[in-house]
Amino acid sequence: MSQYLLSVHYVEGEEPPSDAVMQQMFADVDTLNQKMQDNGVWVFAGGLETPDTATVVRSENGEILTTDGPFAEAKEQIGGFWVIEAGDLDEALDWASQATVACRGPVEVRPFQDEPES
Amino acid sequence: MPDNQVGSAEIARIFKNESGRAVATLVRRFGDIDIAEEAVQEAFVEAVRRWPSDGMPPSPAGWIITTARNRAIDNRRRESKRDDRQRQAHDLVPTDEPEEIEIVDDDQLRLIFTCCHPALSPEAQVALTLRLIGGLQTPEIARAFLTSEPTMAQRIVRAKKKIKKANIPYRIPGDAELPNRLRPVLSIIYLIFNEGYLATSGGELVRADISTEAIRLGRLLAGLMPDEPEVAGLLGLMLLTEARRPARTDENGNLITLRDQDRSLWTTAFIEEGHEIVAACVRRNRPGPYQLQAAIAAVHTDAAAADNTDWDQIVALYTQLAVLAPTPIVELNRAIAIAESGDTTAALGLVGQLDLDDYYLYHATVGDLLERVGRHREAAEAFTRAGELTNNESERRHLMTRESKARSAAAG
Repeated sequence: MSQYLLSVHYVEGEEPPSDAVMQQMFADVDTLNQKMQDNGVWVFAGGLETPDTATVVRSENGEILTTDGPFAEAKEQIGGFWVIEAGDLDEALDWASQATVACRGPVEVRPFQDEPES
Repeated sequence: MPDNQVGSAEIARIFKNESGRAVATLVRRFGDIDIAEEAVQEAFVEAVRRWPSDGMPPSPAGWIITTARNRAIDNRRRESKRDDRQRQAHDLVPTDEPEEIEIVDDDQLRLIFTCCHPALSPEAQVALTLRLIGGLQTPEIARAFLTSEPTMAQRIVRAKKKIKKANIPYRIPGDAELPNRLRPVLSIIYLIFNEGYLATSGGELVRADISTEAIRLGRLLAGLMPDEPEVAGLLGLMLLTEARRPARTDENGNLITLRDQDRSLWTTAFIEEGHEIVAACVRRNRPGPYQLQAAIAAVHTDAAAADNTDWDQIVALYTQLAVLAPTPIVELNRAIAIAESGDTTAALGLVGQLDLDDYYLYHATVGDLLERVGRHREAAEAFTRAGELTNNESERRHLMTRESKARSAAAG
């Protein structure tokens, strides 16, 4: 089994969907979350507040520096994510296909590193 | 000295033919491409050392797989012993019983689908397919795709890393996904073929080896998937295209158009095999884009002279193709067929609607059609534009000739 991050991407500043679409989207994501849990693939999931609420913390010369975020000054941002456990990439891609339909945005599938051997 | 003597060139040839199957078998057994490749490489070294004096084994393919399997087990045992010392683990060592390793055709099919997995970039898919299925070495692949060896090596390393880290499976897709997953496999083989048939850049027009390799892959796939008519269609299309290679260029490497080719130079064996495939596809009656393109190529190769070409039949096939694969390129070819069947005005009307401004063959076609209706000045401009857009020296020379002819006609 491998763990994968399914992150939902969106372009900042684009017209947000209507309330009705938003409500439907929440409902669809809930349904998918339930389905993932029923199938034992769900590890964790969540939606994120907009990037302008982010704060960046870094260590420089032994000093902690805190600045207004986000870190990446990119137009494309992460809106939310799932962490799932799947047998292989094809399984993960199948869940990602359902995820992109549910959340109406492109989904990036990225494997987690293997846990370091103890 | 044994009478079944074998030289190193012969050994290299055998390994090129057999390594794909050996690697695929070992990938199933060990679940890792690097382990499989390394072991087959070691078996090759062993063969070069032993075969010239011992003679060729009765079944070279079986020998390669067994030797490689043993090497892989030895390598793994060595590694796990090293790990043992580090962490006192045990039981990782495989049994000492030399198990029989079965050669399963599906192994190669599985690996083809891994190599052409949509999660890999098309460039990586091409490189992996040629290396793991075709048995080509990295320098050969780099040469074929006009890429430096380090770039190609890095591309292969990165693709193999992604397969491993993202856990791309070795499996044949189920019926539901098969159409979607077969499409990139076919397009990668066709892309390899075209790379060899018409180099996209550089002065060399044809690179027969790489096309031969694509046909070999096509044959392999057709043997592995006998129930997929599009796989047969692709093989037919490649054979019927390859058949025309000997007539495609003159002694200076200049391109000769289909109309002006000396058809007696065409390779009869490929034409016959291609026609048989097309006939079988027609009987099966499950048409697809590759089968239709093969059928079009079959109509061309049916004509003993260009003037005997059944253009109405070709128009009908392109019309069918345009329904299944509605692309501007197909429309462009349909327009050419319509013009050849006698209706240049309709053809000009059709090309006028196409959005292919960056495609040199579009402008070359427009130039040709305008020439036919006597609009020489506009034709010359179209040929100029086409010449600017092509990267192929031989094509460019051909277009420049047509441009100057059109200009003289316009002046006179």
